[in-house]
Amino acid sequence: MDLRLTEDELAFRAEVRAFVRDSLPASIREKTVAGKHLAKDDYVRWTRILAARGWSAPHWPQEWGGAGLSPIKQAIFLDETQRGSAPELIAFGVSMVGPVIYTFGSRAQKERFLPRIIDLTDWWCQGFSEPGAGSDLASLRTTARCDADNWVISGQKTWTTMAQYADWIFVLARTNAQAKKQEGISFFLVDMKTPGITVKPIQTIDGGHEVNEVFFDDVRVPPDALVGEENKGWDYAKFLLANERNGIARVGVSKARLDRVRQLAAISVYGSGPKIEDPFFRAKLAEVEVELKALEMTQMRVISAPRTGKPDPASSVLKIKGSEIQQATTDLLMEVVGPYALPYRDPDDMSNEPPVGPDWAAPLAPIYFNNRKVSIYGGSNEIQRSIIAKAILGL
Amino acid sequence: MDFELSPEQEQLRDNIARLMKDRYGFEARKGYQASPHGWSEALWRDYAEMGLLGAPFAEADGGYGGGAVETMIVMEQFGRALALEPYHQSVVLCGALIRHGASEKQRADLIGAIAAGELRLSFAQMERQSGYDLNDVGASAVKDGNGGFTLSGEKTLVGQGDSADKFIVCARVSGARRDREGVGLFLVDADAAGVSRRGYPTQDGQRAAEISFAGVRVAPHDVLGPPDGALPIIERAIDETIAALAAEAVGAMSEALAMTVEYFKTRKQFGVAIGSFQALQHRASDMVVALEQARSMMYLAAMMAAEDDAAERARTMSAVKAQIGRSAKFIGEQAVQMHGGIAMTYEYKLGHLFKRLTMIDAAYGDADLHVRRLADRGSLFA
Repeated sequence: MDLRLTEDELAFRAEVRAFVRDSLPASIREKTVAGKHLAKDDYVRWTRILAARGWSAPHWPQEWGGAGLSPIKQAIFLDETQRGSAPELIAFGVSMVGPVIYTFGSRAQKERFLPRIIDLTDWWCQGFSEPGAGSDLASLRTTARCDADNWVISGQKTWTTMAQYADWIFVLARTNAQAKKQEGISFFLVDMKTPGITVKPIQTIDGGHEVNEVFFDDVRVPPDALVGEENKGWDYAKFLLANERNGIARVGVSKARLDRVRQLAAISVYGSGPKIEDPFFRAKLAEVEVELKALEMTQMRVISAPRTGKPDPASSVLKIKGSEIQQATTDLLMEVVGPYALPYRDPDDMSNEPPVGPDWAAPLAPIYFNNRKVSIYGGSNEIQRSIIAKAILGL
Repeated sequence: MDFELSPEQEQLRDNIARLMKDRYGFEARKGYQASPHGWSEALWRDYAEMGLLGAPFAEADGGYGGGAVETMIVMEQFGRALALEPYHQSVVLCGALIRHGASEKQRADLIGAIAAGELRLSFAQMERQSGYDLNDVGASAVKDGNGGFTLSGEKTLVGQGDSADKFIVCARVSGARRDREGVGLFLVDADAAGVSRRGYPTQDGQRAAEISFAGVRVAPHDVLGPPDGALPIIERAIDETIAALAAEAVGAMSEALAMTVEYFKTRKQFGVAIGSFQALQHRASDMVVALEQARSMMYLAAMMAAEDDAAERARTMSAVKAQIGRSAKFIGEQAVQMHGGIAMTYEYKLGHLFKRLTMIDAAYGDADLHVRRLADRGSLFA
């Protein structure tokens, strides 16, 4: 047992830290630290800076332009970029559909799509959830039927994150209505410009526009839109989710947010003095840090264990605790901001009116409201508990 | 990063697990508890033969050259079985005081005897007014003019104090009662003139003693470490003991969870196994999360137990103790609730796991105290 990082890993950590410090544009860092929304261009710009360094696909094999990092180095990379307030890589391309394509796709699909994911030429979004298929994803009703060698997709997807920016969408659709529900699903790659696709925004409780409904009205796509074999889409979706264990805990995101909590808590806004001088607040902060320290070790235990290619139920532990901690960090932000959480400003409001209250206060309540999503998406925490009960406890 | 045990460490774990399985069923434990010492002398001899009692000591001193990982392995298995023997007091805690404070001659005198199972020690540290404050020492050690000291004072809640052969006593040589300077450590035979003790059972099935020292003579060769500056040695030993207790707690939590899951599969109500109810499944899953967080901190504690930077080590151990305390309370209470009435009975093991876990939280600073310490020490991620 040796829980220290190797010399090589320590050097890599220093290298990533320095790179983020020196190469992340200040305008982007400021937005991320403050909790403001990033524009599409911010994501593209940072991804291309990483791509030029060879780091925009940290876990991909080098054959396809990835950095081929070990699991430990991937965790270090995520931790350093997140804590350094860099934008996240757009997971739908690099973490989700990319590995599906290089593992199950045709030669032509690999050559066509993978280089365009690496530098975010193609922005991908995920067509999984439907109005009637959330936690019970396999009950999805979007269909794809064969017609004169083409596929014709009909139905509706929802909660599609950043579909408004997307060039492509990967879609689970039913190709065999007679089969058992998991066995009649196929996995398609669809150009968002294809006629028949309509994207409608969903405004979330924080006022933001992250998610969308995506409608498919007899959308005709070519035969090579299908990944792998027909009716095997559920297997590819499970594979995609199994890749999530590195990063699901979002330890670096919580560290960065705790940095922000400490920074803001040191400012005196109210007559009672800086929040950090309140011992009850400091104790709550310490409780969250203890859990985060433990989670960081738990994550290292999970990712240093050998990979099996199957979903690892330990990922469910990381998802539950990671989301709880992320939410706890946003609770602390709410405590720091106090009564100036109150003013609401519509994200589309472009007026020059100055903000009410301290200029850092406005994003904090939206961050708190927005972060309720983290225990809902990616398999709700209740689904994760059922996975643990079944796969770890044998119940 | 490598969380794997070496083949030798795996063998150590398997050997202890086998011994516990064969000899430490819960019925057998009741017998050990009822014996004169409140634990099994036969098993103590077995531990000596297996090398467990000399595990953390250097080979040059008559030990087996193990470290915090070996202690972790032993304590986790003891935690599962609710072992009663004074390993924590004698080998881990007093062992650490000796390793960090004793002279070469003292180590030669003590360690071989401890490893052979012939000598058991308890640390007489706490006093009525001190609570968890290690610097609060009212017992006095007055120089006798011949290089020795005369000890006077009362010590309370001394773990396994009624069966110990010797005490390591902390007492004040100089300064005010709560000064960090002026605290010394002294070796005292349990049957020395002026020592009286009253033993009693504790909530977790172990034993402790109230000990009185009335003008007890300490020879110069029984002064352990610097007589006016032993507090850093004590703090280091307590930090190592917290790491060991984390492993004991993880063992007890694992057993409580395993018993709960087994009960889920066998207990039937409404015509089905109660483990089929989602309301219970999800709570058991939360126990898994709490256990894995505690286990991670057990590893972190083992890694940091030998850290020389006292501030960094203390900060880590506070985080460890806080997490262990929170997880232990959650898992213990959930396990009792989901077993229902059977867990309320004295004859069933589960309630005793819960009680031991509760007492581990109360030892060396509970979770709240360690959170408060962390709150005053800045970020864990600085």
